[in-house]
Amino acid sequence: MPFINYAQREITCKLVYYGPGLGGKTTNLQWIYEQTNADARGKMVSLATESDRTLFFDLLPLTLGTIHGFKVRFQLYTVPGQIFYEASRKLIVKGADGVAFVADSQEARYEANLESLRVLHANLEEHGLSFAEMPYVLQLNKRDLPTALPAAVLTRALQCKGEPVFEAVAPRGIGVFETLKGLIKLSLSRLRTETTVAR
Amino acid sequence: MAGSGLVLHEDDFLNLSRLVDVLMRQANARFVTLIDRNGQPIAWSGMMMQLDRTALASLAAGNVAATETLARMVGESAFCALYHEGERDHLLIASVGDVAILLIAFDERSSLGLVRLRVRQIGPSVEQLMRRVLARSQADEANASARLGVPEITDEDIDNLFGDRF
Repeated sequence: MPFINYAQREITCKLVYYGPGLGGKTTNLQWIYEQTNADARGKMVSLATESDRTLFFDLLPLTLGTIHGFKVRFQLYTVPGQIFYEASRKLIVKGADGVAFVADSQEARYEANLESLRVLHANLEEHGLSFAEMPYVLQLNKRDLPTALPAAVLTRALQCKGEPVFEAVAPRGIGVFETLKGLIKLSLSRLRTETTVAR
Repeated sequence: MAGSGLVLHEDDFLNLSRLVDVLMRQANARFVTLIDRNGQPIAWSGMMMQLDRTALASLAAGNVAATETLARMVGESAFCALYHEGERDHLLIASVGDVAILLIAFDERSSLGLVRLRVRQIGPSVEQLMRRVLARSQADEANASARLGVPEITDEDIDNLFGDRF
């Protein structure tokens, strides 16, 4: 459930871009940052190494508007793909209200996608979060590369629970906003479902 | 349940803000922020006009998480505080039990000793209140009537959020 602050009249959703190293998670956030009006976005925080690999995380705050007087804010995070940054990855997954799995379509990264997916399940489980209940979308990135596997093959291997699948070429923005919009819809719909159920 | 699951009611916000104000005054700090363990800013006090609270809170929580792994590597369960020393401004990031984080920025008008003392003095009250907030949040999840203040979100509301942006 998102963070609901009655005093500030704010709902904050933490959305996490998860996936194998160098799969394009940061590129997704960079595109969103560049294409979003300055009044809707906060500063993008990027903690990258010299080789452009994400060390801790990237963070992009977005404020899209209000719903019934509640300001709706999103915090978009990426996790470091590298296996040795387990501590920061766990922290980010811990408070997630939605996850977009950014898969690398290249054949050589097939196993890395599966391994990353396996670790995602483990990270969620560690925090007592249910993958089945987590708002979740799958993005097949790098569709423009000649080494990309067919989307149907990747979907068969990586789709876990009938989640929406988006094909993307993140550096050119293809599929980037579609992925974000899909994830936001699922995350906010979940809040509605929870509210309705609670009533 | 996914997410932080934190529901902050107005009375809790005011009580926490009051404690954060007291800490800021007593520690002679520049500003103080109370952050939940997931990196959400909960309450703040002091000169923070130019600062991005969201980024500050996320980075502090990330710092604490990474340091906990370091602590385990050297045989400690956790480090209770982190200190960053600058030329003029310094930061103390202190864990409040296992429920929250206090970030205190101070300069030459205060000292590390004073800030640590004040954090130790006020920490238990902050922890007690944060535990109450967490317990209330869990109860809100389960309790039908408590969630009545949450807006009824329709598909149209969600579409309107995007507008022409995307």
